[in-house]
Amino acid sequence: MDEVVVTSRIRLARNLSDVPFTIKMNDYDAGLVIDRVKDVISKNKQYKFDFYEIKKLPLLKRQVLIEKHLISPALVSSKIKSAVAIDQNENISIMINEEDHLRIQVLYRGQNIQMAWEDANRIDDFLEEHLPYAYDETWGYLTSCPTNVGTGLRASFMLHLPALTLLGYIKEIIETITKLGIAVRGFYGEGSEVVGNLYQISNQITLGQPEEDIIANVVSITNQIIEQERQARLKLLTENRAFIEDKVYRSFGILKYARNISSNEALKLMSDVRMGISMGIIKETTIDKVDVLLNLIQPAMIQDYFGREMTPEERDIKRAELIRKILD
Amino acid sequence: MLCENCRKRPATVHYTQIINGVKTEMHLCEVCAKQKGTIEFDAPFSVTNFLAGILEPAFGTQMIKPSFEMQITCKGCGMTFEEFKRTGRFGCAMCYNSFSEKLYPIFRRIHGNTKHVGKIPSKMGENIAIKREIDKLKIELNIAIKNEEFERAAEIRDKIRELEKKLSRE
Repeated sequence: MDEVVVTSRIRLARNLSDVPFTIKMNDYDAGLVIDRVKDVISKNKQYKFDFYEIKKLPLLKRQVLIEKHLISPALVSSKIKSAVAIDQNENISIMINEEDHLRIQVLYRGQNIQMAWEDANRIDDFLEEHLPYAYDETWGYLTSCPTNVGTGLRASFMLHLPALTLLGYIKEIIETITKLGIAVRGFYGEGSEVVGNLYQISNQITLGQPEEDIIANVVSITNQIIEQERQARLKLLTENRAFIEDKVYRSFGILKYARNISSNEALKLMSDVRMGISMGIIKETTIDKVDVLLNLIQPAMIQDYFGREMTPEERDIKRAELIRKILD
Repeated sequence: MLCENCRKRPATVHYTQIINGVKTEMHLCEVCAKQKGTIEFDAPFSVTNFLAGILEPAFGTQMIKPSFEMQITCKGCGMTFEEFKRTGRFGCAMCYNSFSEKLYPIFRRIHGNTKHVGKIPSKMGENIAIKREIDKLKIELNIAIKNEEFERAAEIRDKIRELEKKLSRE
């Protein structure tokens, strides 16, 4: 898999014209929107969707979906009825009654933004055939928040940038790309912090540019960041080989032998290992395995994996066990 | 200092509220403050908070806000422009029309643009075509009436009605 790009994601915000937006919505309207969308989605022949009403889901399952990035924390904390449709490959999710009536999201591993856009666009076309979208000739797709109006599009990449972070270049890069209309966020999107040197970067402007240009802009800036990260890794390797080898092997060692580990510590160490693999320092494991772990070690995912609820202390022990098993 | 509410935990949230010049102070612990709902802890720097800042033209507006300013209210959902500024959220699709004039500078500030040039829903595209056709027929209708061609005018009127029906069905 990709050394720098962990995932590619497209999100489209859409609303219905004949129902108040979610801030002015009551539970009755919310339920109607869910029923209408559910009905339309069930007519789709191309994808098979599973449908979940959030309030009917057990808390653990809700958290699992958040950790898989299939739903947002905002969908779960929604005061009105909310729901999600997820395709069987778990690449596509359609959130209902998040900030907007509809949030179509397509997420792929690695550099696959074009494929994600094509899927999202196709699903959008299908939904639009059956639902009255809120759309204006001048302003395009009308959204709940003025920051999404126009295309309603957010194109984003989850980037792994350990070398730029280690060398202290990241702050400057973030400052620069922010000026170019790019937003930088943490692991779980808006308001979340950066863990494991994972940065989510996305377009900020949604109005006044065609979708293809918005995506091309994010891609071109991402390509430059990827190149800089590669250069930074090379610099670390040529100028500080002993230091970086030691750092990577220490992290690998802890992950391989720890008996009790928190998810934050694991993410931090796995970041070193992921970088170490790409630099050719570690050959015993693969980026694919690390990426599987990135997902599995999260608090709810680990409970889901072992099929039972656990206390935080228990999780830390089971997490260490799982990491040992997969890295071996 | 102990929390004024539970008197058990230390007060870590110091909250000052000024309503109509009357100052109220509260010293609460985080748990009680959260219960009272005074402050959003989960998203202290949410987009909404920042947006509210963007939507305000400049600082000091509260001091010079003229009380005679007409309150714009959305006919669709009853949201006022004030409410929109405070929450950073539109209440329904019609809000865009209701606040239309005030939105241009806001969109320019956020996006540097005020015109959508991206995707057009195919159904909408059709509607836009129908609307244009209706406008054209209305002009023809006026001409026909002026020329006292009443039979032709009736024909055009029926055509317009048909198209309008098609529009409302969509």
